[in-house]
Amino acid sequence: METFMEYFRAFVIGGGLCLIGQLLIDLTKLTPARILVIYVMAGVVLGGCGVYEPLVKFAGAGATVPLTGFGYALAEGVKKAVAEDGLLGAFTGGFTAGAAGLTAAVTFGLIVARCFKRGDKLS
Amino acid sequence: MEMTNNEYDKLTKKMSPDTKLYKTLPKAFFIGGLICCLGQALFNLYTFWGLNEQNARSVTSITLVFFSALLTGLKLYDKIAKHGGAGTLVPITGFANSVVAPALEFKTEGFILGTAAKMFVIAGPVIVYGIITSVLYGIILYLVQLGG
Repeated sequence: METFMEYFRAFVIGGGLCLIGQLLIDLTKLTPARILVIYVMAGVVLGGCGVYEPLVKFAGAGATVPLTGFGYALAEGVKKAVAEDGLLGAFTGGFTAGAAGLTAAVTFGLIVARCFKRGDKLS
Repeated sequence: MEMTNNEYDKLTKKMSPDTKLYKTLPKAFFIGGLICCLGQALFNLYTFWGLNEQNARSVTSITLVFFSALLTGLKLYDKIAKHGGAGTLVPITGFANSVVAPALEFKTEGFILGTAAKMFVIAGPVIVYGIITSVLYGIILYLVQLGG
């Protein structure tokens, strides 16, 4: 039951964050690129204010997998780095925290571009 | 091809995806929720294998990015995204798709200005504004520390 609730919370919060994105797309005609930018910036701001951490505690991957979670990770990285290294941390914390996701995207992106055929149409 | 504005309107309506809210919202919610559940399952697996919370989260991200890249290469991610909308865009898999899809599509323009440059068409702005916001946050934190 505990495990079920864990997944249920991840499903509802993660789905909810996606639903907000869909509302933005349908009602405001924001492009996907803008939505992603807004989500990451919102994640940093909410993470910085301390609002996002309780959500992560509550929903787990439901809060960390959406791109607001990436923003939250950037904020957490900066917080840790500033505590250790002072002002230098403001410059190193973000990329340090985002390294796993960014490096994975670049690495697998390059491998897929090498190994797969491109589609018929641009998308 | 010559066509009147009216005909063009009809054509764009036919070609553009269905934007009726009662269809798009539940799909985005459901598919986005499922992707997060997959993330939760991976996270639980990695903590079970002994990774700490931070590392388990990172490896979960890497795994999801890997799946997304693979599905993008197999042209399956776009098919899911047609239904998922923001449900496939907002999770980190959507970010990965925005990197991998142009990298693959523009490989005909070469590996420097095609694949490598186009990789960041969407990811670039996300990284720039995400990092800038985090730098501002860091500077504010630093000043607060000085003051306190």
